[in-house]
Amino acid sequence: MAKNKVHKTKMQTSGADKIFNAIVIILMVLVCLVIVYPLYYVVLASITDPVTVNSGKVLLYPENVYLQGYKTTLAYTPLWTAYGNTILYTVVGTLISLVATIPAGYALSRSDLPGRRGLIFVFTFTMFFGGGIIPLYLTIRSLGIYNTIWAMVLPVAVSAYNLIVCRSFFESSVPGELLEAAKVDGCNDFRFFFQIAIPISSTIIAVMALFYATAMWNQFFNALMFLQDDNKMPLQVVLRNLVLMNQANQMGSSGDAMVTKQKLAEQLKYCIVVVSAAPLLIVYPFIQQYFAKGVTIGAVKG
Amino acid sequence: MAKQAKAARKNTGKSGFRRALESWQLYVLLLPALLWAIVFAYYPMYGLIIAFKDYKIRQGIIASPWADPIMKYFTQFFSTSIALQAIKNTIVISLESIVFAFPIPVIFALLLNQIQRERPKKLIQTISYAPYFMSNVVVVSIVSVFFSATGVVNHLVANGGSPIMFTSTPQWFRTLYIGSNIWQSMGFNAVIYIAALTAISPDYYEAATIDGASRWQRVRYIDIPMIMPTVILMLILQIGNIMNVGYEKAYLMQNGSNTIVSELISTYVYKVGLQTAQYSFATAVGLFNSVVNFIILVLANFVAKKISDISIF
Repeated sequence: MAKNKVHKTKMQTSGADKIFNAIVIILMVLVCLVIVYPLYYVVLASITDPVTVNSGKVLLYPENVYLQGYKTTLAYTPLWTAYGNTILYTVVGTLISLVATIPAGYALSRSDLPGRRGLIFVFTFTMFFGGGIIPLYLTIRSLGIYNTIWAMVLPVAVSAYNLIVCRSFFESSVPGELLEAAKVDGCNDFRFFFQIAIPISSTIIAVMALFYATAMWNQFFNALMFLQDDNKMPLQVVLRNLVLMNQANQMGSSGDAMVTKQKLAEQLKYCIVVVSAAPLLIVYPFIQQYFAKGVTIGAVKG
Repeated sequence: MAKQAKAARKNTGKSGFRRALESWQLYVLLLPALLWAIVFAYYPMYGLIIAFKDYKIRQGIIASPWADPIMKYFTQFFSTSIALQAIKNTIVISLESIVFAFPIPVIFALLLNQIQRERPKKLIQTISYAPYFMSNVVVVSIVSVFFSATGVVNHLVANGGSPIMFTSTPQWFRTLYIGSNIWQSMGFNAVIYIAALTAISPDYYEAATIDGASRWQRVRYIDIPMIMPTVILMLILQIGNIMNVGYEKAYLMQNGSNTIVSELISTYVYKVGLQTAQYSFATAVGLFNSVVNFIILVLANFVAKKISDISIF
């Protein structure tokens, strides 16, 4: 009888619900368009003749292909130096971050850790209060790591937020009984962590690697503050300079001789954006599942 | 958790010191992160005292003389014309973000939750947080090409007329800043609410359906109340960051013609501190900012605790 009633109510309200459904679907499609189109447009503009791009046509598919921008971009050595730097900083930085965060996250997840609450506070406090950029800058100067790779990777090596996500993961996924059983067998904390906890925690390692690697790849301001030499600058700084330079070019050039150069400058902006964002966008579909997992772990207990 | 720890203590009956010694391996695991916290978080906090000193880089923190009067750099900040402007800009951009940007991920999560089929739901979610991976430099570059005089937006809105100079007009700065923030982080911020929505027991919906509730009524009387605690928690966090507007993006979007609205406390600290090397002065400005921010956070937390029993501490 209850089933019958459900059926009936569904029938009654289906009109209004259909409208509601339609609105939801339309809004969601719109949201996706607004998110995807700018990215898609940049990719299209990077291979389209700038004249077509500037004509105001809403680009939907490649037309009037013009690849001069990519040729110039690929031949521009400072960009590749910067690319190399960014890869180096990202790899080294992510490794250091993992070594600092994963064991600490595990230690903080142990309810029998003496002084646990205080230690957790030591880390969470850094999320809400800090010395600010000048004292940090002076610290880096006095450590003698200014203008070295360490100035890029060490200040951001640990994020309290990531540490808490990591702790929550270990709390909920390494059963206490496992530890008890291992202890009875004479297993110490090191062995338990390396041989039992780590092997069952590949998810959190992937999540942390992803979070730290993206943050590292996208670092801009720290490079501006803590690095000096042009050949040490990461991709983001070089990208920024190129985009700014192009805008300056654009303003200064109005003569006929400048037309080709300006045309190229216009397109270069798009090419450089694509080249610098491409690695993340290419790996994104493969890693996004970890990303959602990580945020959800953080959300549940954060 | 605390209870468990207490139980463990009772069982073993050992002193705290003995237990700490026995857990030395856990402390070793904690050591790298702790070292980081000391060197890159707490030592700079100690460095804040240069806000009260006439810091000279050669003399170091200890040997530099105390400022005379001690609050010299704070008074100096408030006597500049930029001080009130920067404070106002910081607060206005934060408040506008809370009003316009904060509700969007909540609404998005509620709508997405209405899509029953798994695959499209997953796809939309995946798309929604893709921009979170873009760096600020890339996002600001995209904004600048989209909103330039010859950009797509101008072609769409200013048909025929003279183009709107979005990126160099002060009135448009906050709109672009907050709008691109929404674009960047809506999906990411929504994950938390989506997780809260998936945790709602299907029993509620079943009962509501039997009572003849429409889809909208189910959202209104089940979904919204159920995710309210999460929403309030996120709101406290956001209010508690009211003075901490990221300097990176504002700095990237800044240009000569919009500083009147785009100069925030944080960008100002960077400029006077690192570009003109007035270390003590810039530190004082930064410290003022952090302290006010921290007070607001504690207050927001206190109020939320009083009215809804939710808190972050």
